[in-house]
Amino acid sequence: MIAELGHFALILAFTVACAQGTVPLFGAWRGHLPSIRLADTAAVLQFVLVAGAFAALMHAYVTSDFSVANVYANSHSQKPLLYKITGLWGNHEGSLLLWAFMLSLFGAMVALFGRNLPDSFRARALAVQGLVGVGFMAFMIFTSNPFLRMDPAPLEGQGLNPILQDPGLAFHPPFLYAGYVGISIAFSFAVAALIEGRVPPSWARWVRPWTLAAWAMLTIGITGGSYWAYYELGWGGFWFWDPVENASLMPWLAATALLHSAIVVEKRDTLKSWTILLAIVAFSLSLLGTFLVRSGVLTSVHAFASDPERGFFILVFLGSVTGGALTLYAIRAPALKAGGLFQTISREGALVLNNLLLATATATVLLGTLYPLILDVLTGTKVSVGPPFYNATFMPLMVPLIVALGIGPLLPWKRGDLFAVLDRLKFIALASVVAAALVLWLTMDAPLMAIVAFAFAFFLAGSVILEFVDRVRLRQLGLAGAFRRLFTLPRGAIGMSLAHFGMAVSVIGIAAATGFAQEHLGVMKAGDTLDFGGYHLTFKGVEQVPGPNYTAARGTVEVEGVGLLQPETRRFVAPPMETTESAIHSTPWGDLYVVVGDKAGEGYATRIYWKPFVIWIWAGGVIMAFGGFVSLSDRRLRVGAPIRRAAPAAAPAE
Amino acid sequence: MTPRKRRRLIIGLAGLACLGAAAALVLTSLGDQLVFFLSPTEIVTKAPPPNQRVRVGGLVEQGSVSRSADGTTVTFKITDLTTSLPVTYHGLLPALFREGQGVVAEGNRQQDGSLLAAEVLAKHDETYMPKEVVEALKASGRWKEGDPVPATAHPGTTSPGNQGTAKP
Repeated sequence: MIAELGHFALILAFTVACAQGTVPLFGAWRGHLPSIRLADTAAVLQFVLVAGAFAALMHAYVTSDFSVANVYANSHSQKPLLYKITGLWGNHEGSLLLWAFMLSLFGAMVALFGRNLPDSFRARALAVQGLVGVGFMAFMIFTSNPFLRMDPAPLEGQGLNPILQDPGLAFHPPFLYAGYVGISIAFSFAVAALIEGRVPPSWARWVRPWTLAAWAMLTIGITGGSYWAYYELGWGGFWFWDPVENASLMPWLAATALLHSAIVVEKRDTLKSWTILLAIVAFSLSLLGTFLVRSGVLTSVHAFASDPERGFFILVFLGSVTGGALTLYAIRAPALKAGGLFQTISREGALVLNNLLLATATATVLLGTLYPLILDVLTGTKVSVGPPFYNATFMPLMVPLIVALGIGPLLPWKRGDLFAVLDRLKFIALASVVAAALVLWLTMDAPLMAIVAFAFAFFLAGSVILEFVDRVRLRQLGLAGAFRRLFTLPRGAIGMSLAHFGMAVSVIGIAAATGFAQEHLGVMKAGDTLDFGGYHLTFKGVEQVPGPNYTAARGTVEVEGVGLLQPETRRFVAPPMETTESAIHSTPWGDLYVVVGDKAGEGYATRIYWKPFVIWIWAGGVIMAFGGFVSLSDRRLRVGAPIRRAAPAAAPAE
Repeated sequence: MTPRKRRRLIIGLAGLACLGAAAALVLTSLGDQLVFFLSPTEIVTKAPPPNQRVRVGGLVEQGSVSRSADGTTVTFKITDLTTSLPVTYHGLLPALFREGQGVVAEGNRQQDGSLLAAEVLAKHDETYMPKEVVEALKASGRWKEGDPVPATAHPGTTSPGNQGTAKP
């Protein structure tokens, strides 16, 4: 019964989305006020209905209602509650419902919190948002209905893919999807602005908080996914350039570019046309990511549920969304008037460079991801594009980007003096080269790429700190004064420093973990000892341990001064498969990573890694996302929101 | 030249420089960084040179897995049910690696015709056949999509043809 209600709510949401996608457009065109107003109501109603459908499916999962085919295929009564809940989006239909849920949530938030937007603009943006919703819900209702029943109902479900039975599933997909879908707001705003035919500087201020929020959540999603892959897959790697990882990286790169170009639109009233294009491209890349994951056209570790026909639907949808928006762009963009002038060497110039590099990097990733597909279609040759390709193309593009990241924020708007900035940075540049050389000297046979990456990361971190110190006037005001000044600064500036600093932290982590990792592979018998990475390890043996819905072969390794590390190989019954659970001793300066594999003769094959500074990679990601949220709390982004004439705090003083 | 045109020219040139650099990087690396996917039969017939990295997909042949004494080197055979290709791998096999199941190995073909794998991938789901394995099996003509997985593919099962004769 509840599943039917959910299905019904989904169909109702679809019809509401149809109304939301058409009527307000007409109303905004003809100035018909009730039709304009409909947008807000419809957006909230659509959210309520989709949330209802989501809750209904959640109910079926939590109560293990195996008469629902989707629950049967992806759940099991023995599964811990957390994985019953998260199992909802661990499959094709459920994850689409999560997509639609996020989409309608963002729409409702625009309707509720976007009161500062002009009515007709909000109506148009919500209409575009509604049209995207129409596509997704049609996809669900006609090809991938999560509420299909089975008769007779099976007694037991098939279980969730054990690799997904991890707390990571509770965080990674929701954040990633919130990021993917959040960019839809930038898209809707861009299309609405194109329909209106003008992009005022305030447009950038409207679109920025949504993009920031989406970007920050996408950052968390990608960082979390990378960490999950690191500890779950047992390979000690953190990024595999898998097509699906690329699918999340591309919207991130485009959204990063969009964030930066929107600043130029807001402050300097220029680069409008480019910013609009970026918004369209960023959302198209999100849809492409969905297409790549869902269609199964690419071999990937994420292709856990795939169907070419569904892929075709998404491809048509992607084509109409992107094609439609780009057509509109082609018609309207020439009419967008460019505003303020600037010199090449200026903050604007640096941001343009940042955008060019990010766009080029996105293009190389896109090419690497799609090339196997194109080659297969054209020649039938099957190839895969792996890490060497990206190391040779993507990485070199990151070098000038990091330099620009260090110099750009020190340049003033309109026109800058590059030599003056370089003069300010000369000590930092020198210090970073010396520090990198010191690392080289201390570690002797270090890989050159890692040392170069260190030098650039030190330079970036140094220049961010320099800029920050100057901004809080540490040298003039002293520590206490600078601390007080910190709280009077615009949060956006603090957020920027944090995000850029996070980038430096990540680069250091990546360089250290890839350049200086140590690996030991061998058979260990109970009682064997090993000195590795500065640790003294003793292998204690392997024992069988029962888990809630699996049995584990748990190896025990005693690490002197640390304690026990207990990696497991878990053997699940439903579905019958094994997963590797690594045991990691994490410290700020490196991870000791232990995996115990199959029995080999008397002992067990073990793999032990020392990954120096690897945790910095994700710490950097978290710092970046935190920077995004700090920036999001900037007053500037809320001005124009319902202005309270008399601030409550000021009232008693009078 | 007006400042606006000048700026546009500079941005245009910078854009071209970026794209040019990217195109150069992409073209040089696409030449030698590509990994070709081949079935075991194709490895034998096409004999890719040892410096060409290849990916081979198929099923792990029953009874072909053996480990060296120190446990770190594994040899096994990948089959597309027509040809079996010997594979040597130094390292820990993924948890899902199983005799009779789909596997993808990436590495270089050695002079003796065997494959020295740098990476062995077994996919996450026990029912899911890697696309590349499906392609390899289809290409060998021994298996069609939708058929049950061939008899050799599943330990402990017998196909209708040899029921009663084959003991697991």
